[in-house]
Amino acid sequence: MSSACQSRLSTVKAVVRNAGSDTMVNAAQAWAEEYASVRPTVSVEVAGGGSATGIVALIDGAAELANCSRLVQAEEIAAARRRTGKTPKEYIVGYDALAVYVHRDNPLQEISLEQLGQVFGRVGQIGTWTGLGIEVPDVRTQEIILISRQSNSGTYHYFRRAILGPKGDFRLGTRDLSGSKEVVSLIGGTRGAIGFSGMAYAINEVKTVRISRGHGTKAYAPTEENVVGGLYPITRPLYVYTLGEPIGETAHYLNWVLSKDGQRVVRETGYIPVFAKAEQGSKAQ
Amino acid sequence: MKNRRHGNHHRWEHTREFLIENLIRLCGLSSVAFVFGIFFFVFREGSGQLIGGKLDMWAFLAGVEWNPGSSVRALYGALPLIAGTLSVTVLAMVIAVPLGLGGAVFISEFCSPFWKETLKILIEFLAAIPSVVWGFIGLMVMSPLIIAMTGAPIGLNVLNGGIVLALMSVPIIVSIGEDALKAVPDSYREAALALGATRWEIVRRVLFPAARNGLLAAVLLGVGRAVGETMAVLMATGHSVWFPSSVLDSVRTLTATIAAEMGEAAVGSQHYQVLFLLGTLLFIMTFAINLTADLIVRGARGKG
Repeated sequence: MSSACQSRLSTVKAVVRNAGSDTMVNAAQAWAEEYASVRPTVSVEVAGGGSATGIVALIDGAAELANCSRLVQAEEIAAARRRTGKTPKEYIVGYDALAVYVHRDNPLQEISLEQLGQVFGRVGQIGTWTGLGIEVPDVRTQEIILISRQSNSGTYHYFRRAILGPKGDFRLGTRDLSGSKEVVSLIGGTRGAIGFSGMAYAINEVKTVRISRGHGTKAYAPTEENVVGGLYPITRPLYVYTLGEPIGETAHYLNWVLSKDGQRVVRETGYIPVFAKAEQGSKAQ
Repeated sequence: MKNRRHGNHHRWEHTREFLIENLIRLCGLSSVAFVFGIFFFVFREGSGQLIGGKLDMWAFLAGVEWNPGSSVRALYGALPLIAGTLSVTVLAMVIAVPLGLGGAVFISEFCSPFWKETLKILIEFLAAIPSVVWGFIGLMVMSPLIIAMTGAPIGLNVLNGGIVLALMSVPIIVSIGEDALKAVPDSYREAALALGATRWEIVRRVLFPAARNGLLAAVLLGVGRAVGETMAVLMATGHSVWFPSSVLDSVRTLTATIAAEMGEAAVGSQHYQVLFLLGTLLFIMTFAINLTADLIVRGARGKG
């Protein structure tokens, strides 16, 4: 008994900390739990807060890994170099089909990228559901309620860039929520709402809308098949960043995340593993 | 010998008295130091924008658009945020002041000892609910309820935030208001009764004037709670940059903006400094409210 106590005391657990993307927080949590049985001497700590918050934590030394649902920005790279002398190193750990959600009773089946821009954009022209050619039952004004995310969210930045372009801005008056899950649950309770969140956040009260690249072309649902086949238009890689070359337990953990076992966890949490896309790529060649 | 011991004892008493007196004085002065210290540091962090006119003050105070992360040009218009904070706070007070003061009067004057104890425990329990839980109630319970009852297109709005904040301020107003009423000597009540006053007349004509300062303090602490609350309003108001034209519009408050954006703003950047200016603005607002209320009380006292 005393020796067991002693060994427990003597093995101080190594800690690998990761922070960032709210889209990836469930996957990161599942990785941490699984990794506890793979390598019991290491404890993986997960924090959310948004992609921007993760990069800040990485630069401040509050985390070894930053989960990020968008590319690192030029200013962030510059800040990292200035403060630490190191450059963020990028790893793609999975893929997400950024899903557009509406209430379950909303008759909208599909939408084009251009229409999404008209709905969400600063200079957009579509403000009502009738403008999209449909009528949502039991919504008096037919006003489209836009649900967005706070600006520390990687999903916010990805969606803005992909839908509204590099010089685009969101329409004034979007409701900016703090988490992926809040977006989906609010849409589930609000008939006139539309919003976006990772594909893994779907619940019964909402439905995902099929998306087409342009008017008159075929629309696709956010499924693994359509992502792998390159058909779903708003597919994004999910990244993990380290400061410079990872070493020690951080490198070991990252290797495991990219291994078959780590990637199985990605699929279990509702996202698309890297190998699925890579296999498709090699088949196409 | 005996005399000297007596002298020592006396000196010790004297020193102790001196120490305790000064310790208490220090405690009193420390609150002044804290207030000025906090104001100074908040202001200093934001002052970089004021010097050299890096930020157009007019565009900050009267600008109608808040979009620091814009991909074209960062905009720091605080007016919709000020409107958001004011609208939610005013609605919360419209609900909470009558409820809170009514509750205080009922507990202090009208109910039986059993109910008095039960209600006080329940109200303290209400005060202990963390603000993130209130926010969750706003998001998950109130929002669908508001949509069902008013037909509003969205349930996260001024009404939702106002009700949630009112529920959070009521316990403070009740418990401090009740203390203030309890502090009114029973001889006042007895004298009024002897003159043939009804219970309601006693409350209105005797207790309210006598406990005026305490009741005002109760309301002010309630207002302070409402203005300064962050998490619950962040979740319940919809967090949307918008001038409310009705209680069913979503808004965004000063506190929620600071909370949501401080994490991503790089230390020392313009965004960071402007967020501290918002903090300064919030400070000035609460200071103005407290000062006004204080002056009103003094004025009323002078007249009486």
